[in-house]
Amino acid sequence: MPVSPAAWAEADRIFAAFRAAGAQPVEADVLQPAAVLLDLYGEDIRARAYVTHDPVRGELMLRPDFTVPVVRAHMDGGAEPARYCYRGLVFRQQDGRGGQPSEYLQVGYEAFDRDAPAADAEVFALIAAQLADLPVRPATGDIGVLTAAVQGLSTTPARRRALLRHIWRPKRFRALLDRFAGRTPPHPARLRLIAELARTPAAALMAAAGPAIGARTAEDVEIRAAALAEDAKAPPIPAAEAAALDDLMAVADTAPRALDRIADIAVDLPALIPAVERMAARLGALRVAGVDVEALPFEAAHGRTTLEYYDGFVFSFHAAVHALPPVASGGRYDALTAVLGRGRSIPAVGGILRPGIVAQLREAGA
Amino acid sequence: MTLRIGVPSKGRLMDKTFDWFGQRRVPMRLAGADREYSGVIDGLPGAALVLLSASEVPRELAAGRIHLGVTGSDLVRETLPDWASAVAELAPLGFGYADLVIAVPAFWIDVATLDDLDAACAAFRLRHGRRLRIATKYHRLTRDFLKAHGVADYALVDSQGATEGTVRNGTAEAIADITSTGETLRANHLKPLDGGVIHRSEATLFLSRVAPWDAPAQATLGQLAGRLGIEVPFGPEG
Repeated sequence: MPVSPAAWAEADRIFAAFRAAGAQPVEADVLQPAAVLLDLYGEDIRARAYVTHDPVRGELMLRPDFTVPVVRAHMDGGAEPARYCYRGLVFRQQDGRGGQPSEYLQVGYEAFDRDAPAADAEVFALIAAQLADLPVRPATGDIGVLTAAVQGLSTTPARRRALLRHIWRPKRFRALLDRFAGRTPPHPARLRLIAELARTPAAALMAAAGPAIGARTAEDVEIRAAALAEDAKAPPIPAAEAAALDDLMAVADTAPRALDRIADIAVDLPALIPAVERMAARLGALRVAGVDVEALPFEAAHGRTTLEYYDGFVFSFHAAVHALPPVASGGRYDALTAVLGRGRSIPAVGGILRPGIVAQLREAGA
Repeated sequence: MTLRIGVPSKGRLMDKTFDWFGQRRVPMRLAGADREYSGVIDGLPGAALVLLSASEVPRELAAGRIHLGVTGSDLVRETLPDWASAVAELAPLGFGYADLVIAVPAFWIDVATLDDLDAACAAFRLRHGRRLRIATKYHRLTRDFLKAHGVADYALVDSQGATEGTVRNGTAEAIADITSTGETLRANHLKPLDGGVIHRSEATLFLSRVAPWDAPAQATLGQLAGRLGIEVPFGPEG
């Protein structure tokens, strides 16, 4: 299905607005090296992107988004601070018969700036302004709040790392939290292993189980077995902290009331205090940028199931009545710049609009 | 139009399919010379037999070139995106059982469950700087299953045969493959994970939701359903 003239017109309008806001236009290749994207996103992206092969360059992907190539270009020699904008097609496999296009336009704006609250507000307000005359509702969240809470839990570093790794997978996160808090018992196989390890060295257990085949070595197994024996001795996460984390994940209110609620929860989880301060600074910056903060929805769980590079402020805009994909989305991805910057990093925030959906909304309203 | 029924064209799957239909007063047989892939259904004039490779049956159903088809439930789920919108399951046939399971080297004493696999993947990536590889030919089923269970930091690698040998041969660290008794896994020093059954497969009679269901085809389907003693969930919606 070709992109409609109306969608191209919306893309031109939004792109011009981003340029007028001071962003430097950037181009990105349609064919992106697959290895970089796979390394960042994991196998999930393989199911969503189109993978192809080049006899010289190896595995390539039709760009599933612009963020990664734009960040790579910036980290390879951009000035600082910087604002970039882009527009073009992205390619995503659509499973099923929902009729969503597998190639569609995105127009995006990315800000690389060390003043995080102001940059968050700038990106959000700029994208909101492009949708000002349309029936859309915003949604916001902050992955950094949850991250801060986990980092402050009274438990072993290994358990904190395991929880942090699964922030973006709510089901697995919940299962881990329940187990670390002693709310679900360990698997019988784990109890058996711990009992065996107390009597018999791991090497002997392995030798009895089978030959050491494959690239995961006996040493790998031994290290993890020792870690499991250590973990079995760790006390559970205190019930009050686990309950506070539950409360935190359930926060869904207007942004100012959510902030109050999270500040209350910070009494039990003091590690939240810097995140509360960051959120307050952002709400202040959003007010200055002209956003109606009093009515702005905030959900602590928002953004937890999207691509896992967002690590701070996250937002999206949805059609108020029509069942359509989000018309715009974005967020902060500081960690991504560190990964792609090979040692260097810069705080970054950005977002995209889908002109095709904007055009559909305008048509429906006309 | 004629009701077209796709069945596996050779081997035990064909024999058992013919037996299953034969026991229900729908005798199927090969026609012509021994090596010719054509068949007939006796006593059901409105129906035609289409002999296909079991792996082609899902695609033919989804394209609507056959009305009904017999194949493994695993193949339908693996081959067709959003399979339930393209086909309906009419009847499990009680043979062709096989479990698609995740298996790891038996000496991994620290890995018994999917939780363990996920944690082992994370540790492996940290120590080796790459993702732990799982060899399979069932990419969609395996990826959907691991995603649903929140397993991350793995990479699927394609293996179209002798998958149990990939770990020993150094091309993968774990596998997702079909097993019926577990014997081949054990012989290759692998063990299935607890909770690692991705799908329990069985030869199944499927109905295409997109085939041309005109009045004669529907009438023949009604006749066939009566003899087979099965419900037809897909109504004649025209």
